[in-house]
Amino acid sequence: MPFSRAINAGLRAALSGSDRVLLMGEDIGKLGGVFRVTEGLQAEFGEQRVLDTPLAESGLVGTAIGLAMAGFRPVVEIQFDGFVFPAFDQITTQLAKLTNRHEGALQMPVVIRIPYGGHIGAVEHHQESPEAYFTHTAGLRVVSPSTPNDGYWMIQDAIASPDPVIFLEPKSKYWQKGEVDTSARALPLHASRIVRRGTDITLVGHGAMVTTMLQAAALAEAEGTSIEVVDLRSLSPVDYGPILDSVRRTGRMVYAQEAPGFTSLGSEVAASVMERAFYALEAPVLRVSGFDVPFPPAKLEGAYLPDADRILEAVDRSLAY
Amino acid sequence: MIPVDDAALVRFLEADGTFAPSPAAEPYRQAVESLSDADLETFYRDMAVIRAFDVQATNLQRQGQLALWPPSYGQEAAQVGSARAARAQDHLFPSYREHVVTKIRGVDPIDIIRVMRGLTHGGWDPTDPKNGNTHIYTLVLGSQTLHATGFGMGLVFDGRCGTGDLDRDEAVIVYYGDGASSQGDVHEAMVFAGSYRTPEVFFLQNNQWAISVPVATQSRSPLYKRGEGYGMPSTLIDGNDVLASWAVTRTALDEARAGGGPQAIEAMTYRLGAHTTSDDPTKYRTSDEEESWRRRDPIARMKAFLIGKGASDAFFADVDAESQALADDVRTRTNALGGLERDDMFAHVYSEQHPLVDEQRQWLADYEASFEGGAS
Repeated sequence: MPFSRAINAGLRAALSGSDRVLLMGEDIGKLGGVFRVTEGLQAEFGEQRVLDTPLAESGLVGTAIGLAMAGFRPVVEIQFDGFVFPAFDQITTQLAKLTNRHEGALQMPVVIRIPYGGHIGAVEHHQESPEAYFTHTAGLRVVSPSTPNDGYWMIQDAIASPDPVIFLEPKSKYWQKGEVDTSARALPLHASRIVRRGTDITLVGHGAMVTTMLQAAALAEAEGTSIEVVDLRSLSPVDYGPILDSVRRTGRMVYAQEAPGFTSLGSEVAASVMERAFYALEAPVLRVSGFDVPFPPAKLEGAYLPDADRILEAVDRSLAY
Repeated sequence: MIPVDDAALVRFLEADGTFAPSPAAEPYRQAVESLSDADLETFYRDMAVIRAFDVQATNLQRQGQLALWPPSYGQEAAQVGSARAARAQDHLFPSYREHVVTKIRGVDPIDIIRVMRGLTHGGWDPTDPKNGNTHIYTLVLGSQTLHATGFGMGLVFDGRCGTGDLDRDEAVIVYYGDGASSQGDVHEAMVFAGSYRTPEVFFLQNNQWAISVPVATQSRSPLYKRGEGYGMPSTLIDGNDVLASWAVTRTALDEARAGGGPQAIEAMTYRLGAHTTSDDPTKYRTSDEEESWRRRDPIARMKAFLIGKGASDAFFADVDAESQALADDVRTRTNALGGLERDDMFAHVYSEQHPLVDEQRQWLADYEASFEGGAS
């Protein structure tokens, strides 16, 4: 099943499971969303469960907060990553903090779905990786599925969470197919996962970069290097257990991400791994990331986004220590 | 300052307390005349008592007991009228100056003190019945207008309004100011409210100044006219006339709860004090202007009206005693408020366990414990 259909199926399951679940967003009803992730859901559940809202991102998130206060579980779609910033105030000053400000008396079960990242050759503000803004904000949980199976289960787990969840969907993976086991979830929402075993070095990353890391691992294998790949899945909180286990076995680690590197998620994970597993490391933890520039025009995104070769260059540097 | 549109202004009480409904007030006249003497005395009591609280809180801040105080001095009529107009089942979303609104709904004034003393960012539980469906203060301007609108959407979706039963149907009132009306969130809230026909009253207290910026810098046209642009009936009231505030808000809330969609009210009032205890109004406005508004004081106006109706000296003495008692009680309880535990900052960041927060809480506990008995 394609990734977008898996999330669609997960949303359908959540909508069927509780009539308090609402989907809200621009063009998500009749059109089914610009990526068709919500296709067919308004026809099935009605205009009061799947809302085509006015074009106003702060309004979307702010009213979702009010709906949560009224006992609903809203799932907001932000159409593109770069469009989340008009809602940034409501997300960071309100949504993230309201449970704390209410001293636990209110919960904020709001999910913000954001298609993010590059690889689709789009125009400005349509290919960004804003995850660090949200992981930096206490009170938010941030997750990013990278497979159809995770898309199906993690969206349901995010909706079930009593806390606000920023749900980052790697948009370049919407058409990627994979097995979905609808009978049982493999992992809880906040677990990281080793997706490929290896012995020489650990690659860690999230979202679309998981596929790129696997490509790099396959190429390295042909050259005799055994790479282990960890999919972070949860960006906040980070599940360090599998990462540290892996690094203690391989002694080396590279973090790969599309986002700019400065004060990024990769920076945080690298620093934490060095703090927690310093004596296991044979080399400093390295980062492969986008550059610290605005996301470039599409014709340059190939030069901006890390690919398997850039990851392997970092692998070689690490192994050379 | 934008001249007040006298033809549109709903006013019952002149500044000297004379009962003289303006032409725009006529549709509300019957409602006002239905008020009992006891109702009128309650309005006065509410205003006078909260002013004593407000003065006491300002003093407490000056004495270092509070980090900050946003005075409500001068805005009592707009707040009391609107809060008394709300029915028990209604939901209120204040901004941060609606001290008497929260008190009328049952919130203990010491809970506001806790916010301003630095003990909490919330202070009360809006879902606790004793707090009368009153939400916590919101300091980021205009944010709460969206929360109120979302809440109103929920009422629509759940069929909790528009059934025709005024005693059961629910409505929402959200408070904001002239400064907040420049925020994009207020615009978006009105767009959503219009789209989903929320049972909601947008209650704008125009107190003329957004800290040091006058309303004329916020708007080239009267603020109440903005509501019309969103398709909602909009009414201008004399915000220093508690009767106008009560009658218009009661009507608007009932129309909203009955399925009439959102309504807007602009209450023309004035904050006689500072924006908060951090600013100095003498730097940005004239004493002549303040004096002209002092002559329109909402409490003096109502007192003159009640005396004209034959209210007894004993009544006013009783209100004075209650005011003094509340002020004294607040001072006593403020001084008795305890502190916070270090652990408290880690509480309620999330509803479910979060390993990073847990780790840091444990680290701080271990760090603090490392000093205990270390000298021996």
